[in-house]
Amino acid sequence: MEYSRRQLNNIKANLFEQGYLDDQFHQIEELQDDASPNFLQEVVTLFFRDTTRLIDTTEQALKKSPQDFRRLDSIMHQFKGSSSSIGALRVKNECSIFRDHCNQGNIEGCLKSFQKVKKELAILRQKLEAYFKLLNQSESVAVKKADR
Amino acid sequence: MATEQKMHILVVDDNIIDRLIIERTLKVSSFEVTTVDSVMKALEFLNSTKTPRVDLIVTDYCMPEMNGYDFLKYVKKSEHLKEIPVVIISSDDEPNHNNRLIEEGAIDFLLKPLKRSEIYKQCDSSCSSSGDKTI
Repeated sequence: MEYSRRQLNNIKANLFEQGYLDDQFHQIEELQDDASPNFLQEVVTLFFRDTTRLIDTTEQALKKSPQDFRRLDSIMHQFKGSSSSIGALRVKNECSIFRDHCNQGNIEGCLKSFQKVKKELAILRQKLEAYFKLLNQSESVAVKKADR
Repeated sequence: MATEQKMHILVVDDNIIDRLIIERTLKVSSFEVTTVDSVMKALEFLNSTKTPRVDLIVTDYCMPEMNGYDFLKYVKKSEHLKEIPVVIISSDDEPNHNNRLIEEGAIDFLLKPLKRSEIYKQCDSSCSSSGDKTI
């Protein structure tokens, strides 16, 4: 199915309305030009690669006993920072909650919160991968039409 | 006639995503940008005789090994670096930290994620101070 620009914009608008993304996503999109037409997708890809690493690091840190809440907070500070930088609003908010639990020394809270961080990240990844797949397909069709 | 040089900005941030975004933000406005992922690499770069003049340093506050505050203090104590304006960036807003940074000589503290207008404003004002660079 060929997606029009309007349909793609609607899909993207829904991601904002449902709170998955904030304006920072637009800010990065606006940095694209003819020289770097896929900058947004490159940054998003890098984000998911980086957060996969941070997930692994957090899981290792959570297994330690006694808990090192400073270390956990430090990892989640990076996680929150990256999320904020690409406009991943829900992920960022869950990271903040995790850090609050770290400050309170509440390991149960950290564990529950971490599950939510992972869940929000997985949902966002699924939605953005679908969006970029459609965007790339749509652009590919547009190029072929222009070549005729 | 002297050729006008682009303003050269050194960006120091251990977060790869932030480095990429800040670099792109500056490059689309024709600044010359060097990015490094640690203060140690920044100091190596700044102290190298081969390094071109740096007109502005934008550094993250929270970094492993040496943080932005200690980096700022080093720069401001160094005879050959102290005139370079330094902007600190961070994802945490702590007014006590911010005041301490300004007292130590930072020209501004910006909260991440950075808005393009904020970075341009800093570059504009640093460029006006130096007087001989193009934006």
